[in-house]
Amino acid sequence: MPWGKTTMSIKHHLTEQLLMGYAAGTLPEAFNLVVASHISMCDDCRAALAAYEALGGAMLEDSCAGAAETDLSPGSFGACLARLDTVPADRDASDHQPVPPAPTGPHTLPEPLRSYVGGDIDAIRWRPVGGGVKQAILPTSRAASARLLFIPAGSAVPDHGHRGTELTMVLQGAFSDETDHFARGDVEIADEDLEHMPVAETGRDCICLAATDAPLRFRSWLPRLAQPFLRI
Amino acid sequence: MSASTPGQDQGRDKSADRRAQEAAAWVEDMLLIRDHKDREAFARLFAHFAPRVKGFLMKSGTEGQLAEDCAQDVMVTVWRKAHLYDPARATVATWVFTIARNRRIDVARRDRRPEPEDLGWGPEPDATQEDSVALQQETEQLGAALKALPAKQRDLIERAYFGDLSHKEIAEATGLPLGTIKSRIRLALDKLRHAMG
Repeated sequence: MPWGKTTMSIKHHLTEQLLMGYAAGTLPEAFNLVVASHISMCDDCRAALAAYEALGGAMLEDSCAGAAETDLSPGSFGACLARLDTVPADRDASDHQPVPPAPTGPHTLPEPLRSYVGGDIDAIRWRPVGGGVKQAILPTSRAASARLLFIPAGSAVPDHGHRGTELTMVLQGAFSDETDHFARGDVEIADEDLEHMPVAETGRDCICLAATDAPLRFRSWLPRLAQPFLRI
Repeated sequence: MSASTPGQDQGRDKSADRRAQEAAAWVEDMLLIRDHKDREAFARLFAHFAPRVKGFLMKSGTEGQLAEDCAQDVMVTVWRKAHLYDPARATVATWVFTIARNRRIDVARRDRRPEPEDLGWGPEPDATQEDSVALQQETEQLGAALKALPAKQRDLIERAYFGDLSHKEIAEATGLPLGTIKSRIRLALDKLRHAMG
């Protein structure tokens, strides 16, 4: 039970909007990854997700309301029956399956992330960003971007604002900024109003998963100039 | 449910009761499929849920014939994954919804939706009938409360689920009794954690 202890100490949770968007299936992939990673560690949000899925079930119950256009064609049931005993050849059959916890756990990265990285933290291919900070961009759809951030103990990420929404989840260590302190499992949700400078706690390097639906804006000229090359 | 007016309560309890009975019947059918590969039970589920899945997908912007094909896919998945269904965690409608949502995401081929790490709980052998009945009832009350919402708010929530709203536009589902279902699932999780030691 890798997350048994973590789940008790999480202070910063997902918003209702994120949980509802994840339940409805309308979030960009990068945000889905943060939500799924957080839920892997947080029973409160896992339960909240189940409630939003129940809301989806209630919506489904009412989704035809006797409209003739939703009637299926006469042969539909027969066609479906004929498929019941065939071997599931469709790729989708294996998708969306909750992944069981690895027998060897505990891991630093929860499963949805390990699939994107190709392993646990040792498998991350870091690229230096400057000041000891490193990042690894994860392959997601273009609607939003996701990356892992490595912030050396005691170091700061340059002061930056946000054009869109940025979700930052702590995977190892902890960081603090103008708003609060964030430890393993916590998610900071930053929007256009927040200009902050996250500083990693001393004693342990901090690793975060960050997702944003817009490029970050750094205040000092050097990181701003470097942004196109860093793809952040 | 204490905040509602007596008039609303009357109407809601009546329909919620009927729907809870229906929901219990769908659970019976799911278990018949799971344990006995019962095709008559499947025919009943198909007759009820396939048009609803089709309607759900059409409201999400899927064209009629594709929506029908997807509804078939969803029902085939219901049959094949019946062993994963746990009545203490979800009503059949909720479970079918999650399969339909995933099918919609696959068809759109845009944003993948990774799943959280599972807790290794399948259908629990020791889940009590009581847990399952309580969850079915609470979900039906949620459905009734959804119907009782002011049209404007209900419309917003529907549009969020049918994929018409971006994640930024999604409003909080205020006024819905989500708390009872959250606490029930939370209790089930605690039980499971305890059982896992």
